[in-house]
Amino acid sequence: MTNQSSIPRYAVGVDVGGTFTDVFFLDEAQGRIDIAKVPSTRGDQATGFIEGLRSKAEPKQIATVVHGTTVGTNALLERKGARTGIITTRGFRDVLEMRRRDRPSTWGLWGQFVPVVPRDLRLEVGERVLADGTIRQAVDPAEVKQAAQELLAHGAEAVAIIFINAYANAENERVALTALREVWPNDYVTASSDILPEIREFERTSTAALNAYLQPPVGSYLRKLESRLQGDGFTGQFLIVQSNGGVMSVDSAASRPVRTALSGPAAGVIACQHIAVAAGFPNVVTCDMGGTSFDVSLIAGGEPAMSAQTAIDFGMVVRAPMIEITTIGAGGGSIAWIDRGGILQIGPESAGSDPGPVAYGLGSDRPTVTDANVVMGRIDAERPIGGKLKRLDVEAAREAIRKHIAEPLDLDVMAAAEAIIKVANSRMAGAIRLVSIERGHNPRDFAAMPFGGGGALHVGALIKEVGLASALVPRFPGVTSALGCVIADMRHDFVRTVNRTLDDTDPVILDAAIAEAAGEGGRLLDQAGIAFEGRAISVELDMSYLGQTHTVAVPLSGDFSVPVNLTREGIKAAFETAYAAAFGRVLDRIGIRVLNLRVAAIGKRKKFDLALLAPPTEGTVEAAKRTTRQVWLEGAWHEAGIYRRLDLPLGAVIPGPAILEQSDTTILIEPDLVGEVDRFGNLVVKRKAI
Amino acid sequence: MIDPITLAVLKGRLEQVADEMDATLFRSAFNPIIAEAHDASHGLYHAVTGETLIQGKSGLPIFVGAMAFAVKAVIDKAVRDGDLKDGDVYIFNDPYDGGTHLSDFKLVRPFFRNGKVFCYLASVGHWHDVGGNVPGNYNPVATECFQEGMVIPPVKLYVAGQLRQDVVDILRANTRLPDSLYGDMNGQVNALDLGSKRLHALLDEYGDATVDEALAELKKRAAIQFRSLLRDLPDGRYAAEDFLDNDGIRDEALRIGLEVVIEGEALTLDFSRTSDACAGPVNIARSTAIAACYVAIKHIFPDVPANSGVLEPVTFIIPETSLISVKAPKPVGGYTETILRVIDVIFEAFAQIAPDRVNGCAYGTINALSLAGHRRDGRRWVMFSFFGGGHGGHPQGDGLNHGNAPISMATIPPLEILEAAYPVMFTEWSLRPDSGGAGRNRGGLGAVYEIELLEEEADLFLFGERGKYAPAGVLGGHAALRNRFVYPKDGKLVEPGMVSKLHDAKLKKGDRIRLETPGGGGYGPPAERKAEKIAEDLRLGYVTKEGATRDYGRKAKEAAE
Repeated sequence: MTNQSSIPRYAVGVDVGGTFTDVFFLDEAQGRIDIAKVPSTRGDQATGFIEGLRSKAEPKQIATVVHGTTVGTNALLERKGARTGIITTRGFRDVLEMRRRDRPSTWGLWGQFVPVVPRDLRLEVGERVLADGTIRQAVDPAEVKQAAQELLAHGAEAVAIIFINAYANAENERVALTALREVWPNDYVTASSDILPEIREFERTSTAALNAYLQPPVGSYLRKLESRLQGDGFTGQFLIVQSNGGVMSVDSAASRPVRTALSGPAAGVIACQHIAVAAGFPNVVTCDMGGTSFDVSLIAGGEPAMSAQTAIDFGMVVRAPMIEITTIGAGGGSIAWIDRGGILQIGPESAGSDPGPVAYGLGSDRPTVTDANVVMGRIDAERPIGGKLKRLDVEAAREAIRKHIAEPLDLDVMAAAEAIIKVANSRMAGAIRLVSIERGHNPRDFAAMPFGGGGALHVGALIKEVGLASALVPRFPGVTSALGCVIADMRHDFVRTVNRTLDDTDPVILDAAIAEAAGEGGRLLDQAGIAFEGRAISVELDMSYLGQTHTVAVPLSGDFSVPVNLTREGIKAAFETAYAAAFGRVLDRIGIRVLNLRVAAIGKRKKFDLALLAPPTEGTVEAAKRTTRQVWLEGAWHEAGIYRRLDLPLGAVIPGPAILEQSDTTILIEPDLVGEVDRFGNLVVKRKAI
Repeated sequence: MIDPITLAVLKGRLEQVADEMDATLFRSAFNPIIAEAHDASHGLYHAVTGETLIQGKSGLPIFVGAMAFAVKAVIDKAVRDGDLKDGDVYIFNDPYDGGTHLSDFKLVRPFFRNGKVFCYLASVGHWHDVGGNVPGNYNPVATECFQEGMVIPPVKLYVAGQLRQDVVDILRANTRLPDSLYGDMNGQVNALDLGSKRLHALLDEYGDATVDEALAELKKRAAIQFRSLLRDLPDGRYAAEDFLDNDGIRDEALRIGLEVVIEGEALTLDFSRTSDACAGPVNIARSTAIAACYVAIKHIFPDVPANSGVLEPVTFIIPETSLISVKAPKPVGGYTETILRVIDVIFEAFAQIAPDRVNGCAYGTINALSLAGHRRDGRRWVMFSFFGGGHGGHPQGDGLNHGNAPISMATIPPLEILEAAYPVMFTEWSLRPDSGGAGRNRGGLGAVYEIELLEEEADLFLFGERGKYAPAGVLGGHAALRNRFVYPKDGKLVEPGMVSKLHDAKLKKGDRIRLETPGGGGYGPPAERKAEKIAEDLRLGYVTKEGATRDYGRKAKEAAE
């Protein structure tokens, strides 16, 4: 796609997944886009990254590279972070391991938990801060240095300082940090009051410990990428997507890698947000169906729903603002089985990608959701996605469904395959209900937006089951996260614990805290060296009635880039609005508490014109039609048209039953639905008019 | 007959309704025992029998069984009075009919379709304070329920959708924490409103007859499922026993004696050898005992569903004189301790029946600790919390360190939240070395909590167990360390006379109390523990050198080298 007459200038988004590395190229000079998909290189993601990048562009032509990374997530899931130590308050070294006194599952008592920092690398020093911030015992720098030496002698590479009540007064942690830096041989140092100055010692400890644990692997990976890019002549900006959907610099990511825990999926949601809003769908539920799981996120009024924390695994809590992603264990590889009561169940056990579904022919004989899709003709057995397999084994899939599902349920094979799909759809619909209806939204105002490879086969059924208005299938579902990288704004989050009643809260102090965070955010945005299109400061308070322990997020409106004058009355009104929206009623005569102040500084990056994704204006539906195929739907075989999706022109209307194919996904339009290609190349799927 | 697809789909849809009721209450509750510890539950119950049809996944396990009795108590009352209306909500905490203890307030609402009761919706939550002699209601010296809190029989809180403010006023007047009570009650009403709305929508979508049929079928399938599991077990009679330290009044051990009989597809749980009712508050009602058995069954067979069908193949033999079958006004405030022991004996018996399905006993006591006093400005404060301990070793590995009790999914409040809310400072919050029972797979560790009082004065109460009888190991695994509590008295640190139960002790500023909780029992003989596991235990300080030498002998010495 090079052009001799003008020099291309690219913004490139790179999303490294478990199987593929997706790259989205935006040629800002010529207004063109391109995509690439190369195999990910396990163990050394940098190689796949560079290959993907170089497949379509020269590094020196690239102005910006934005990366959605799973290096941090994988290091957590596979426990491959650095050897890490903790220095903490005397008496409290086991906070990380004791968690919040929980267990992994309600039923069965066989839970296990291995903390990322083993007990012998968690050392204690004398110091104590009280809940009101009073220093009861000052820390002795010499004792901290001695602890640090001991950790180094035991081979620790990274270290976190975590003191009780450091959210209320960080002085002891600051003193300890200064002492620590004098003896620690590298930058892999985290202080809990720096990473999360928020009340709740376990959540702060876990977040700080995981951050330290990730600093070496994520830092070295990013540095290596950076130097390889520079070695190849790259002189532009290199940015990393955070779990909150905003980007940050490599320096920020290297020092706060825990904020990349959901980097890749967050970028996908950001892309959906942008595409959906442009297409006139401010309310969508994004759906990412993978091999083992189904992830949904809500975008309402054009804004993604955020959550304050997540657990990467049992006991591995990361507390930081992040795009809320709800996961259930139902993916293409989820195994269908009959329980002892004779009830059909889907998952949570998954065949994964190896051995994978029966149809892959890699040795599994237990039927999966994908096998049902193959048997029903919804997936083309002759043209499997991904290109690794030549063809899929339909007969083996049929046999597995016959043996494990059809016979026990006394159904024929096709009815059994359809049952698997129906039950899987019902579970996925449950996840959509959880984030939409259960949060008080009306499903008729929402569209489902599948991205990734698998969702588009199921999305028609999902909109019918949940009662959503429509589905919006983006033009390149398989590279959505990479596209999101190019779009994401820069964002820095700050939190400060207040923990006072509203009556005892001094608005002037809140004003000052907001101004301070906004100033710090502004400085970080300045340092990035990016010409932002605009900037914004958003402010939220975590509030509750006195006595409640769960808070509601209370957004405050106003322009926070200039000094503000908050009032108690204004804050109370905002709280009551938020509380009523969450629970339907407000309570009289009960005190109100302000727990935390949250400030986000956002630098808006220039968005590319989504018209670049536009479908061809020439061509016909007939020309895009490749063939027809028998597809099993609603209890019968249907002759469905098979179309090359990317060849469908603007305004093309495809009534179901039909199947639309592209290299990275298959879209099913059920008989009672119709799909239409919009001006951004999205396919809008709706019920047929009666 | 309902088709298998609709059945599988409706199962998920109905569970989602109950789950959403749970989530709503957790988010809107006022007291941390519900909001953080999730000591609450919601479900759908049969219109005539009150049996559990569907239970939320996140609620307290013990309520799956108990709530069926609670709903039945309301049904009986409604039948007697003959005035059931759409929009009614009953409220009560009578533990003899409704199970558990006075702290658990049950709200029960008939769900009407076309003028008829289709089913009942119910919400239960543990309120922070319901009166009685001890703030938080764990009164270790109660001899009648009246010393434990107010007793409310099933009465209407709402009549045809209209709140009866006078009932609210009575409730508020009988608690130390009226705002907390009011907030929790509202949260439970929210949950019932929401459940009702969701269930109407579901019935509109699928039709009443279909859903009704699905509910009946799910119960039938649960019974089939459990029978098929029982069929795989070896027939026979298997005995086990375990003990409560004392009843808080007399320092005499109380036996929970069990004989399990497996005969084909039938299971009999015979508690005939259990001690008679006692004077103090570790009695439980029969309904509570049955609910506890259900919890144990579900831990051993996690895949059986949460509905009443599971209990169909089970016969209970519980003498009326037994301490696990008492009636009013026997005190039942410490019911948690007794049901934990019931669960332990079931595990100990099943270790002989299905060794690959069980685990060593968990720590077995909730240690309800209450510190209360007045601030300098006169405001009352009550810190009330439960503490954790170790889980038992199991076939797949060592037990979990610092887990929650098998009867609940409760989490512990952060110590920073406690310190911010009450005039206390924790001086230690750590794992307790050597507390896990030795075994091929070691029991998980209990914990040490040490607390200093920062205010001038406070009253101290503790309701715990396992101070004399340690959590047992199974299949040759050793027992865990016992519960230990010390507090300052006359210038010395002493243990309470009733070991883990203490009533009305006084603390002064600067005094420290120390609670050391049990670990879990071991699984399999310690001689079979791998040397490298012992070495790791030593390196991480999970066991001390002395502990390892005592439990593993020569192997420990080799491991240390």
